[in-house]
Amino acid sequence: MDSLDLLANGLAAALTPENLLYAVIGVLLGTFVGVLPGIGPAMAVALLLPVTFGLEPTQAFIMFAGIYYGGMYGGSTTSILLNTPGESSSVMTAIEGNKMAKKGRAAQALATAAIGSFIAGTIGTMLVVFFAPALAKIAVEIGAPSFFAIIVLAMVLVTSLLGASRLRGFISLFLGLTFGLVGLDLNTGQPRLSFDQPLLADRLDIVIVAVGIFALGEALWVAAHLRRKPLEIIPVGQPWMGKDDWGRSWKPWLRGTAIGFPFGAVPAGGAETPTFLSYVLERKLSKKKDEFGNGAIEGVAGPEAANNASAAGTFVPLLAMGIPVTATSAVMLAALTSYGIQPGPQLMTDQADLVWTLLASLLIGNALLLIINLPMAPLWAKLLSIPRPYLYSGILFFATLGAYAANQQPFDVFLLLVFGLVGFMMRRFALPVLPLIIGVILGPLMETRFREALAISGGDVSGLFNESLALVVYAIAVLVIVTPLVLRMVRPATTGPSGPADSEDKELVER
Amino acid sequence: MSTTHENTAPAPAHDRAAPAQDRAQYGVAALLAAVGAYTIYDATTLTVGFGDPVGPRVFPYVIGSTMVVLGLLLVVATVRGDKPEGEQGEDVDLTQPADWLTVAKLVGVLLFTIVTIDWLGWAISGGLLFAGAAWSLGSRTTIRDLIVGLVMSVASWYGFYVGLGIPLTPGIGEGIL
Repeated sequence: MDSLDLLANGLAAALTPENLLYAVIGVLLGTFVGVLPGIGPAMAVALLLPVTFGLEPTQAFIMFAGIYYGGMYGGSTTSILLNTPGESSSVMTAIEGNKMAKKGRAAQALATAAIGSFIAGTIGTMLVVFFAPALAKIAVEIGAPSFFAIIVLAMVLVTSLLGASRLRGFISLFLGLTFGLVGLDLNTGQPRLSFDQPLLADRLDIVIVAVGIFALGEALWVAAHLRRKPLEIIPVGQPWMGKDDWGRSWKPWLRGTAIGFPFGAVPAGGAETPTFLSYVLERKLSKKKDEFGNGAIEGVAGPEAANNASAAGTFVPLLAMGIPVTATSAVMLAALTSYGIQPGPQLMTDQADLVWTLLASLLIGNALLLIINLPMAPLWAKLLSIPRPYLYSGILFFATLGAYAANQQPFDVFLLLVFGLVGFMMRRFALPVLPLIIGVILGPLMETRFREALAISGGDVSGLFNESLALVVYAIAVLVIVTPLVLRMVRPATTGPSGPADSEDKELVER
Repeated sequence: MSTTHENTAPAPAHDRAAPAQDRAQYGVAALLAAVGAYTIYDATTLTVGFGDPVGPRVFPYVIGSTMVVLGLLLVVATVRGDKPEGEQGEDVDLTQPADWLTVAKLVGVLLFTIVTIDWLGWAISGGLLFAGAAWSLGSRTTIRDLIVGLVMSVASWYGFYVGLGIPLTPGIGEGIL
């Protein structure tokens, strides 16, 4: 009840005409940028950060909520119409969705993706509303040792569960930690790794790092390997679904939601695993197995719902503990910090108004997305044929604008270029991007907690282990590292991912 | 995604005819080691205060030495035939060799922007950036590119000034904008 009251207050704050306008602008901008080929939601949010520079935090967050869901919606449009997923979590959508489009059912694929995303996003956000305050209540009690342990766990999870190679994950993480060192030491005020450059002593602006790695790095990488042939784009009409499509979609939507949310909330492997699991589950449950691989609507409905539910789920660790587990939520956190808001367990209590307005805006943004965008799908699809030189020049233009607008220093554009080249290198050598961003954001926070914990214990290492929660968290971290190694020794054959979602699954379907 | 890539290392190890290693990875390993070594060196120049049991050096030491170790591990992995798979994408065609000229042109355009932005101002510099980048990427409609770029940069200048209250550098456009 308590949560619902707070949410109602948040809705009241978010529903002023002016704020609704920001939500609409956010949804439209997010979809616009998200539909553009080569731009995923993380890059969409990163590129659009500067648009919110002059806004109040509340309004900025309302816009972000719209941009966030808009960017994700745009991504599924690209997957279905181009068969080229912008990010790994849309792979499953691309498989079935594009087959449907080729059979002339693009409108139905788009509709089931959009409605499924709406349902999953709404249920997911409501679950966040109920979960996050409870978690935050625990989180406020968390001392420096446990908080340090949780950050270690978050890094271990992000680095070793995502991506193909642990070595590359750790290389990326430690690159990020190195970038996180740059600037004044938080305790003694001495500049570290700043090459006597006063502009570097002020710490790296996370917005510049994110825009450089995501946007410029991607643009340079594509420029080096630009496909010279035009892509084949499937025309769409108005998205709609027949009675049969509804009947086949609603269960996958709910099941996908049930699978996706826990994966986002527990930080266990981003959106890839749940979308994959949802796809496998739908194929297993389907009575028309032969349709899978040839455009089964369940194969779009389930994974799209799972994708959005896990995206909503990532707000639980983000709001309750200030820990981002996806690239997009990392960029959102960067946006929070640029408003001087400290990520961490105190967020829900210190910035309660802001958090509840954000949660309310997520619901509003999600609904607006459906109302505004479903009729506009054919229009968005036109964006796919934008000439590539203009598209990537535009990304360069807006990335530079974003880096420059914050402080109006040419040096910041230089830093953008440096991080763009780092991003290029990472794509060339298959280094995952997320661990680096996590390292940059959480590294300084981690050091603060570490030094806090040891200052309390007078430098004794036991200061890191004197909370039982910390011990539990370390135990989980060790399990995460050791289990796959043991499994590989015991069973050399590939083991499919196992889903802890069964119980929640039933629970939700019965509601 | 992850299921297909899991065991990349062992397969191509015995194939002697094709290049068994990705030599460029040694460069990455060297870079990692150099960054790590410099981080350690930089930490030695810091002074540790009193009453600060950890001090500003511990994190750089740990991070720097781990970077060196990761560099060495990458060398080992490369020797054993590990090959990275470049990132796929909607407009990416990895069957062609990398087009370094285009990348160099884009970097040049950005460097030009960095050097001139204070002098020319965003409205002009941004327009040139767009047109220059479009040219680098193969567009040959220069006049149109310049017009599109100028419209975008002037519009974004006014958008930031009017909408967000942030006056971007006017440069030589001062008084006109």
